[in-house]
Amino acid sequence: MKSYLPKIISRGHPSTIMSYWAPVIAIFLTLLTGSIIFSFMGFNPLFALHTFFISPISTSYGISELFLKATPLALIGVGLAFCFKNNIYNIGAEGQLTMGAIFGGGIGILFSSLDVNGFWVLPIVILFGAIGGAFWALIPAILKIKFNTNEILTSLMLVYIAALILDYLVVGPWRDPQGYSFPKTRPFNESSRMPLLFEGLRIHFGLILTIISILVSWFIFSKTILGYQLKVSGLSPKASKFAGFSQNSLVVLTFIICGSFAGIAGVGEVTGPIGLIYRDISPNYGFTAIIVAFLGRLHPIGIIFSSLIIALTYLGAEDAQLFMQVPQAVGFVFQGLVLFYLLGADLLINYKITFNKKEIYEF
Amino acid sequence: MNNIIEIKKLSKSFPGTLANDNISFNIKNNSVHAILGENGAGKSTLVKILYGILEPDNGTILLNNKNFAVKSPSESRNLGIGMVFQHFSLFDSLTVAENLVLGLDENISFSKLKEQVESISLKYELPLDYDAPITNLSAGEKQRVEIVRILLQNPKVLIMDEPTSVLTPQEVDKLFVTLRKLINDDKTILYITHKLEEVKKICDEVTIMRNGKIIETCNAKNEDVKSLASKMLGKKLPEIEKSKINSDNKKTVFEVNNLDLKYNDPFLVDLNNISFKVREGEIFGIAGIAGNGQSEIMNILTGEEIIKKKSAIKCFGTDIGNLGPKKRREMSIAFVPEDRLGHSAIPQLSLLDNVLLSQFKGNQFSKFGVINKNEIKEKTIEIIKNFNVVTTGYNSFAGSLSGGNLQKFVIGREILSNPKILIISHPTWGIDAGAELFIRQSLINLAKKGTAIIVISQDIDELLEITDRISVIYKGNLSDPLDTKNISLEKLGLLMGGKF
Repeated sequence: MKSYLPKIISRGHPSTIMSYWAPVIAIFLTLLTGSIIFSFMGFNPLFALHTFFISPISTSYGISELFLKATPLALIGVGLAFCFKNNIYNIGAEGQLTMGAIFGGGIGILFSSLDVNGFWVLPIVILFGAIGGAFWALIPAILKIKFNTNEILTSLMLVYIAALILDYLVVGPWRDPQGYSFPKTRPFNESSRMPLLFEGLRIHFGLILTIISILVSWFIFSKTILGYQLKVSGLSPKASKFAGFSQNSLVVLTFIICGSFAGIAGVGEVTGPIGLIYRDISPNYGFTAIIVAFLGRLHPIGIIFSSLIIALTYLGAEDAQLFMQVPQAVGFVFQGLVLFYLLGADLLINYKITFNKKEIYEF
Repeated sequence: MNNIIEIKKLSKSFPGTLANDNISFNIKNNSVHAILGENGAGKSTLVKILYGILEPDNGTILLNNKNFAVKSPSESRNLGIGMVFQHFSLFDSLTVAENLVLGLDENISFSKLKEQVESISLKYELPLDYDAPITNLSAGEKQRVEIVRILLQNPKVLIMDEPTSVLTPQEVDKLFVTLRKLINDDKTILYITHKLEEVKKICDEVTIMRNGKIIETCNAKNEDVKSLASKMLGKKLPEIEKSKINSDNKKTVFEVNNLDLKYNDPFLVDLNNISFKVREGEIFGIAGIAGNGQSEIMNILTGEEIIKKKSAIKCFGTDIGNLGPKKRREMSIAFVPEDRLGHSAIPQLSLLDNVLLSQFKGNQFSKFGVINKNEIKEKTIEIIKNFNVVTTGYNSFAGSLSGGNLQKFVIGREILSNPKILIISHPTWGIDAGAELFIRQSLINLAKKGTAIIVISQDIDELLEITDRISVIYKGNLSDPLDTKNISLEKLGLLMGGKF
């Protein structure tokens, strides 16, 4: 009996090389599928891909926009990496971002309306953003360690609660009296806003904060006992207990770190490009950052690259809507495809496919 | 006597290993045929092929002179081959009757089943409590359920994989009575084991396997334990050196006083009023059949489970019941839990990273939370060198080491911290004889230096070889300690069966 079917067999060992190749394979397959979808829609796939991935970043303004979008994605993504390494599935970063924007933005509006200015205002605004995000993340953390609830559900539900609180605030108490009843707050004063890095471009100080956070996270992951504890408790809770690491403190700590990163990202959005608080402060950055974190292999440096790639899908979708009259949601299709293929390609880390042509069994 | 099974040039490989290498031998009808070999010799792979769980790469099997190539256990059962696994596959929360029904391929009414079971029970001396839930049964009783379940299908060949590993000596005797009855009833038994005495006691023929190859098939009556051992191991092992110091007059360093713990969980064993003392330089053994509270005790001794009554555990006179593993290590207590894959070591991490898992007072592995890699590297190299760990280097994954080498590494890591107390569970479980001897010798040498050692083990031979005193645990109760020197196997067996 001869078998020509490909066989999936265990490598016996996770392949390090394949764990770097898997994202590349995923991106390649995403582009391939994307061009097939575009040709079914009646577009020249090369033109479509060019519109989607090349033309958005062919100007310096485009590149600045790319970094602007990548800033919150990378910051939240690296925060999520703390949780995911610890096998904590915090998927409520979007809510933590919203809470950060409410806390930090709220302080900013208070200072602005009292007309208080000074170099110290912005650090306080950022700090409050971090506190807001951390506070929101602490809720699922405490529910988990006290009542063993599933953090996936609780953190997700809190996203919608945060969004409703934001809605209430911008429609009600925080609405701009001079805003013609639009659901938005008054704009921030200059001293509450993230300083711009270049004249005429929208990238702001948040980018610097993100880069610092990424470097610090890289140091924590690779050089410290805390990073080691995250690794161990993610791989084997039993071994982590044997080592004497406190599982509960790790849960709380990773939620706080992730929440404060998401909170800072939220402050960055409202005090950066937007300049005030209104309903739609984030195009799902908190959810998309989950893809960023996994595409970047939960590694800070990898997350830099993946955040840029995912940011490009946002820009590409905008351009596609303008020049090809396709809905902006195409961007989400690409994000979904990347995640789908990545999870598929991850199979190759532990398994390999062989085309076994020799006789395997004879009788 | 004709052959019921003939195996010809059978091979099976897995990534990295050739588990069965060109195997050929015959099994005579109506006999007990042993397959003897160490852990990892390829016995399990062979019987899994026979039972249809694995497919061979090459080779032929004949059953009653007919080609036998099965793709699933149910096919194999239909052709008259049944298997009793080493690890029971029973549903704990269901009753004996329900488990038996679930194992059947055809539909049958409970009353008819009961008739059949009763006749089998009577015929082969396999008494069963038909309506008892599996949780309430002893290991021996669970095994009886497994055997009856197989016999209901009326097999011609019965494969038994290490059937005595969880039984008391008395239960083993009962099993052998059943096996003889089966032989009288024209069945054939394929008996997988690594215990030499059992081969002598019950088997007619024996096939010896080593490193995936057949060494020899011979008549068990013409062999003695020594000749079987040297064939199985391929070399003569040195005797263990046991010139121990007398610890009778030394001071007590570790004690457990009236440890009482009710879990209120049917899958955990409640601990009842457990007390024992361990002296400096003494090796204290806790014997017993698996599932009688050993893992619960181990968790409490390591501090992975903290107890409220902190005076229940004392070390050098200090109450430590409420301290976690880290604090206990700072008092020079070292631990080696049973499971080396994912508990005492993490297979996905390098040996280097695994060293960091148990940090003791006085090491320089980290400063202000930042890891000092050089210090860890030195320690890793020291462990590899002093404990003969066979590996490609300190960066190799723990999971790439063989069981014996990883266990040597883990035990080396703990011993090199110079502990005053070492608590170790099943130190030589599932490893090769060379590593086993090495580890036992290391424990004895450590005790000579004054370390108090607590060994929890199911392996009676091991405890008799290395301990000074032995207590037996049964359903969460611990017997009074016995001096290992004057212990009788019969007494130990009675204790393991709960006759305190």
